[in-house]
Amino acid sequence: MPAFVIVIPVTTPLVSTAVAVAPAIGLRDLTVSYRGHPAVHHLSGHFVAGALTAVVGPNGAGKSTLLGALGGTVRDFEGRIDRDAALRVAYLPQASALDRSFPVRVHEVVAMGLWTRIGSFGALQAAHQTAIEEALAAVGLGGFERRWLGELSAGQAQRVLFARVLMQDAGLILLDEPFNAIDARTTADLLALLQRWKREARTVVAVLHDLEQVREHFEQVFLLAREKVAWGPTAEVLKAEHLFKARQMAEAWNDAAPRCRLPS
Amino acid sequence: MTGLTAALFGPFIEFPFMRRALVATLALSLGCAPIGCVLVLRRMSLVGDAMAHAVLPGAAAGFLLAGLSLPAMSLGGFVAALAVALAAGFVTRATPQREDASFAAFYLVALALGVLLVSLRGSQVDLMHMLFGSVLAVDDAALLQIAAVASLTLWTLALMYRPLVLESFDPGFLRSVGGPGARAHMLLLVLLVANLVSAFQALGTLMAVGLMMLPAAAARFWVASLPAMAALSVAVGAASGAAGLLLSYHAELPSGPCIVLVCGGAYMASVLFGTRDGIVTRRLLAASHLTR
Repeated sequence: MPAFVIVIPVTTPLVSTAVAVAPAIGLRDLTVSYRGHPAVHHLSGHFVAGALTAVVGPNGAGKSTLLGALGGTVRDFEGRIDRDAALRVAYLPQASALDRSFPVRVHEVVAMGLWTRIGSFGALQAAHQTAIEEALAAVGLGGFERRWLGELSAGQAQRVLFARVLMQDAGLILLDEPFNAIDARTTADLLALLQRWKREARTVVAVLHDLEQVREHFEQVFLLAREKVAWGPTAEVLKAEHLFKARQMAEAWNDAAPRCRLPS
Repeated sequence: MTGLTAALFGPFIEFPFMRRALVATLALSLGCAPIGCVLVLRRMSLVGDAMAHAVLPGAAAGFLLAGLSLPAMSLGGFVAALAVALAAGFVTRATPQREDASFAAFYLVALALGVLLVSLRGSQVDLMHMLFGSVLAVDDAALLQIAAVASLTLWTLALMYRPLVLESFDPGFLRSVGGPGARAHMLLLVLLVANLVSAFQALGTLMAVGLMMLPAAAARFWVASLPAMAALSVAVGAASGAAGLLLSYHAELPSGPCIVLVCGGAYMASVLFGTRDGIVTRRLLAASHLTR
């Protein structure tokens, strides 16, 4: 157990456009459980504000669980997640977590990004409609407003969900395997959107598998294998020794391992 | 009146009990069918069936304490079914077991307990009445209860429409924006149980599930959106209710099964001929294809 506490630096964003201040998000001895079993242990550190951070690691490393804890969908954790209470968070779950056969139209999905502003009863105003159209145009789906989500390809559906993220206008954007089963063209377009978010000083944390993609587009990497293996600038983290260690840690995992803390 | 109009309207004009039964089935359709649509879209079709069984021990307890008293049996059934839903939900959250298994476990226990309780005092006839009801014996109190629950259901569904749709489509997203997903789910279960209990005297809890799920499953084959599906399923339920009552009257058959069988006929016709993915329709369309 780490006996020290990471001090969270207050960084100022390099570029300031839509988001005035993009505070970092800090972890202090964070242990997150999934369905009663701890999935990631004793994570400490912070996500660099206004940067693109990739969370990588072997299958079952706890990447999605960590992202869920950051996004507020997984609440079973010990330790602390420090972030500005005013920080708006946009969370894009794995594609498999949502029911694409559900009868919703494209513009309705994008409008869901307005939830924090209109909630259950607020009306969609003309300005909102315009914003929805602009968001869809930005992901290359202008004119798709009235289409059913179920009629779209996986790539187009993912573009719709990115448009929803755009509508959320968030300082922290969490993406869980956003490019899984998505064609190269769509991936390239959506990666360009990530660069735009970076220029707007938004903090992006994405769970990814493709290390080449990570090396090319992400400046920070959190290498996870149930515990932190390495966390920092991409070139320093994605070294053979770290990747080897991550693989070993995932393989060496033992359900009957001794408990590091008495169950409360 | 000609023969046909006499056959269609005569029974309702002539007999007050037929009119009451008609009003009861129309009101039941208004509440039950939209709930059924939400359950179908949420892939919870079998939860309705499980809840219907779970009503039994509570209704039986009410019957033991107060005899054939509608308020006692309704209240008992409501409490018992909600308790089963809560217990199943708790086990699902607290253990790795999936929801369908915990629901099955609890409703089977509830069903056995219910049958045991009825047998303590009641007869075979009482048990049949509880499970399958008798729409021709609906009294004022039951009619008012059905109408009240149907009204409450439609209002509540309208008020929680957005969170309910979001929770069905992308629950993780709704949780991440702090939306009332858990509350929407709970309210849906409360409405489901309330509708099953309100259908108790008219159709019995088991037949009520038929009026809930069959029109909803049928509507899915004709229209795409949830509001259209809800409207169509209400129409299918109401029409099946009227047709089922007439069938029951003319053929001298029990009314509850007649209503549900007519709903089943509508469902089968939709499976075959529905414009959205009906089997025969698809065959016909397969002969040609869109040009783009």
